[in-house]
Amino acid sequence: MPDVLSAPLVVEFPFTRSLGPVQSAFLTGLRERTVLGVRTGDGKVLVPPVEYDPVTAEELRELTEVATTGTVTAWAWNPAPRRDQPLATPFGWVLVKLDGADTALLHVLDAPGPEAVNTGMRVRIRWAPQRTGAITDIACFEPYDGEATAESTPHSGEFADPITGIVTPARLDYTYTPGRAQSAYLNALAEQRIVGERCLSCRKVYVPPRGACPTCGVATAEQVEVGPRGTVTTYCIVNIKAKNAMNDAIEVPYVYAHIALDGAGLALHGRIGGIPYDQVRMGLRVEPVWTEGGRHPDHYRPTGEPDAAYDAYKELL
Amino acid sequence: MPKEPVAVVGIGQTKHVSARRDVSIAGLVREAAVRALEDAGLTWADIDAVVIGKAPDFFEGLMMPELYLADALGAVGKPMLRVHTAGSVGGSTALVAANLVSARVHRTVLTLAFEKQSESNAMWGLSLPIPFQQPLLAGAGGFFAPHVRAYMRRTGAPETVGSLVAYKDRRNALKNPYAHIHDPDITLEKVQSAPMLWDPIRYSETCPSSDGACAMILTDRAGADRSPHPPAWVHGGAMRSEPTLFAGKDFVSPQAGKDCAADVYRQAGIGDPRREIDAVEMYVPFSWYEPMWLENLGFADEGEGWKLTESGVTELDGDLPVNPSGGVLSTNPIGASGMIRFAEAALQVRGQAGEHQVTGARKALGHAYGGGAQFFSMWLVGAEPPTR
Repeated sequence: MPDVLSAPLVVEFPFTRSLGPVQSAFLTGLRERTVLGVRTGDGKVLVPPVEYDPVTAEELRELTEVATTGTVTAWAWNPAPRRDQPLATPFGWVLVKLDGADTALLHVLDAPGPEAVNTGMRVRIRWAPQRTGAITDIACFEPYDGEATAESTPHSGEFADPITGIVTPARLDYTYTPGRAQSAYLNALAEQRIVGERCLSCRKVYVPPRGACPTCGVATAEQVEVGPRGTVTTYCIVNIKAKNAMNDAIEVPYVYAHIALDGAGLALHGRIGGIPYDQVRMGLRVEPVWTEGGRHPDHYRPTGEPDAAYDAYKELL
Repeated sequence: MPKEPVAVVGIGQTKHVSARRDVSIAGLVREAAVRALEDAGLTWADIDAVVIGKAPDFFEGLMMPELYLADALGAVGKPMLRVHTAGSVGGSTALVAANLVSARVHRTVLTLAFEKQSESNAMWGLSLPIPFQQPLLAGAGGFFAPHVRAYMRRTGAPETVGSLVAYKDRRNALKNPYAHIHDPDITLEKVQSAPMLWDPIRYSETCPSSDGACAMILTDRAGADRSPHPPAWVHGGAMRSEPTLFAGKDFVSPQAGKDCAADVYRQAGIGDPRREIDAVEMYVPFSWYEPMWLENLGFADEGEGWKLTESGVTELDGDLPVNPSGGVLSTNPIGASGMIRFAEAALQVRGQAGEHQVTGARKALGHAYGGGAQFFSMWLVGAEPPTR
């Protein structure tokens, strides 16, 4: 299939998280080289701690300090570390039951190779030199030659200057392909033509086309050039600047309009220019204004024709 | 075999605020769930299944709430389901839970919806920088404002109607201790003098961003018999969907909304909703959606909805009170907003709405919509068990 477009799409936001009392104590503790667990009603110590008992659902608040040494309960070797993983050299993913804890913590083990790792081996925490109150304050685990001795000891969970929230970036990397119909539409736009597709069943013309009619569920293949002129069917006046780099260039107020291009079965959305914002009206006749190198019309401007009658566009709002 | 009647025996909400920095998301949902259990006089062990809903994943960046929240919601060893339908999710989540009881799959179900908008990116979480597309994004208000203008043109409604809705809902919120916006100094002049954000939508006529959760306990007839407080009974419930954009879509009064309401009224034996329904909690994120939905839901003829608003019919002491709780205009944890509508309708027929109680409410409608006005969910609850 020729001319199908493709481009990277990165979706990324730095989400914040309030920690609540238990996670706040746990992460602040790591900053202070203190590992805290939580004691359940039946006396088990869970590390990392959770707010609610995974068996009984009871609220858990009794914090307890465990050792910084422990035993590997399971592991897997990672021969090729990826971006943002804890170590840049090959390492072991390990579940470590810290001395004094009844559950294991997932982390990484710095070891020369898989032959140096075994279930039951003794390990200890290697602290990060700079600690901020995050799980990465534990840089990794490392082999340790010493017996398990520590019992857990009750801890108030109180520290000076506690960490109460963290930022958890979420990122997805996609390759976006708009598909056959959208690619044909975009390629026509490059020639300053607006081409939709007609549904063979209901005869409506979709602009932009999607390759199928959402009402009839059939493929749309018949290409139809629409416009370039059209009618403003409805609109709003945007008075607030969007906190979004993508349309920072647009000064407010501006008119965000639904425009039914002549021959189209539904309105598309565009900006109206070339007329004071407070003189835009429903029924205004407009045409696209193209800019050099732009993939889309920059905006639409009045054609000077008489306004369309309401009855002519009322089904296209 | 007839369906099992479904009763709402427990309702819990958090106090909705702009930011709950003192709790994790688990702590937030737990608070609502515990209040619902207390209301129902039940414990975790009495719950057979958990059904949760939240806003679209990238609003909060929380992709698998069912995994993260199972222990906070006592779901260990029980079925746990998650429902997705954008802004209507709170309503459809409650209906999925109700259907589990009605079909006798489970006897007692905890259903819950939440959102921490303070930790979200609701404005841009759905407006992604899609390659090749024109970056002309105006946010949710920019999406809905042209439809409001279309309604005004179609009906000839006076420009002041939207401000009347906002003034009413914000006053109602003062009577609801759980509502987010409490502005004791609210006046109509204040509403009308607020800046236009997306003309014709003013700042004062938009919903806030809230952190909050809402939970309900739904149970069967035997469960209702053990309830310490009067239950609300589900008389009808339905969901309908349609595409976001299609040739012929009526954004002012979407067909899916009309069909959904008609289905609910048929199930509940409602012939004249305007006369037979005592209170309505409808999803009004921008003030003008009150008159729009009054028509869409069959409370007024086409073009007449604004007249009910203008004449005071939808006031708390009117004969069809709409959003006695203060509505979405006063409280909007998006993922929970639909369930709050359903729960507030149930509170009305249980007689437990406190200061915002509609006197003598026997039948109430809860309504939610979401996406580009494409998902609808509604239920009708009554003070008496259904007879049909």
